[in-house]
Amino acid sequence: MELNALTIKQATTGLQNKEFSSVELTSACINRIKKRNSDINAFISVTEDEAMDAAKKADEAIKNGSSKTLTGIPFGVKDAICVKDIRSTGGAKILDTYTPPHTATVIEKILSEGAVLVGKQNCDAFGHGASNENSMYGPVKNPHDTTKVAGGSSGGSAAALADNQCLFSIAEDTGGSIRQPASLCGVAGLRPSYGRNSRYGIMPMASSLDTVGPMAKTIEDIAILMEVMAGNDKKDATTVNQEVPMYTKEIIKDISGMKIGVPKEYMELEGMDEEVKHIIEKQIEALKKMGCKIEPISLPHTKYAVPVYYIVVPSEDSSNMGRLDAIRYGVQEKGDSLYDVYANSRRNGFPEEVKRRIMVGTYALSAGYYDAYYKKAQKVRTLIRQDFENAFSKVDLLVTPTSPFPAFGLGEKKDDIISMYLADVFVSPGAVAGIPGLSVPVGNTKARLPVGLQVMGPRLAEGRVLQLGHHIQQAQS
Amino acid sequence: MKLTEKDIEKIALLARLELSEEEKTMYAGQLSVVLDYVEMLNEVDTTMVEETCQVTGLEDVFREDEVEEESNETKEKIIEQFPQKVGRLLKVQAVFDKRKK
Repeated sequence: MELNALTIKQATTGLQNKEFSSVELTSACINRIKKRNSDINAFISVTEDEAMDAAKKADEAIKNGSSKTLTGIPFGVKDAICVKDIRSTGGAKILDTYTPPHTATVIEKILSEGAVLVGKQNCDAFGHGASNENSMYGPVKNPHDTTKVAGGSSGGSAAALADNQCLFSIAEDTGGSIRQPASLCGVAGLRPSYGRNSRYGIMPMASSLDTVGPMAKTIEDIAILMEVMAGNDKKDATTVNQEVPMYTKEIIKDISGMKIGVPKEYMELEGMDEEVKHIIEKQIEALKKMGCKIEPISLPHTKYAVPVYYIVVPSEDSSNMGRLDAIRYGVQEKGDSLYDVYANSRRNGFPEEVKRRIMVGTYALSAGYYDAYYKKAQKVRTLIRQDFENAFSKVDLLVTPTSPFPAFGLGEKKDDIISMYLADVFVSPGAVAGIPGLSVPVGNTKARLPVGLQVMGPRLAEGRVLQLGHHIQQAQS
Repeated sequence: MKLTEKDIEKIALLARLELSEEEKTMYAGQLSVVLDYVEMLNEVDTTMVEETCQVTGLEDVFREDEVEEESNETKEKIIEQFPQKVGRLLKVQAVFDKRKK
């Protein structure tokens, strides 16, 4: 097995047993990126020199017995997450030259456990998209079939991992941006509960929904990463002050007798791909054999989640994007007046979808429309939350498909905005409610495109969500 | 809700986005589609429903209002990023100048 194809767990064991060095492991990832980036386009920036320095330090640490949880493990970070002194564009030209003076708290934590950053990963600009076609650095291609999208917005993070260009990725999920590309690329990805991980240093999109979480090859690796990432941060007032569980211990607990709900509104969705449906149903049957009790559940407001999402997100988005005026940082275009400087910089620096969302949000929040749009959506949001609360009073977890279809063709949905928005149909409800969701790879279509199962749990029940995911993966091997 | 190119012009001005004529036509069509789609929410009776403004249940998260001095290195890095500067000062176009629109 090639070194870059290892899991975190396997690589850590190999490093500790001196079977290989971090320099060898990191070189394997860098070589893979160099070989594949012109096809897959998963990385916007590759930090080879910094990575090799960090790998040498990691090898020193292993040699003198001072290694930590992630010492010597190469990883990638979505470009919308800031890392000090490393160019961070967020996928948009307005920040083409931006090198942040600060590092996001979650990345700080991961680096301080000894992990080796290999580069910044391509994404839909500022997280706006479900196909990675809204990146101003070109679309990411799916490693399983390069005529297909990798999903979005964290398409680079999922594709890089699926293509063994790194051992794990750190990305963001506002409405599905971790889970959906993870599903389309065949890797595991967790959107944690809103407030579980600090968002300090993350380029904000919709502040009442944004989360940051891990993608990895196994659920066990996700558990290892969440133990490092989670926790209160005084720099993010929305982080909860609750103890971080030992996720690696939680996941090995027995699952027999666990009550699993299957929401009918998801399984009966019109237009769901038949193969996806079949693979998910087969997995649900397998859960019964594993000792789980399967119960039908209704989440009656499911179909309103996407419209709620596409009011709340653009609204919060339009004000967050307001800070990108190219005055204090970023690429400033010339103009005769201050207005022209703003308008020219934003015209050239934002892709079409970013402008579209800014305008929808500006309109929804403008005088006379606030009640009809934003306030109405926030009320329906309450009903969506209550659907989940009711469900979790009856069952421990919910399982659904992550995406109604496998990876679709590049350009296929580009001109059909609503169809593209519906790619988020199974991932936006949980996001709106602020609950955790995990995508676990559970099979492939006949065309060998991966299919993911989504596991959702009550707020802060990441341990339980990962527990089921881990048992599913154990049963596969 | 059907938006006209005139509406789009007004929104674009508020949002500081300079649009070409083709873009105005394109966005007028697309925004109308999006707004029609979200109309679906009017089917839902929300008369007695409170809004969800946050999902953590946290209330009144306070901290001491103390200034934390950033390092000189950070300060220099922020200044380095200024697109236009005079010495260590940020330079911008005149704020109270004639506006284009």
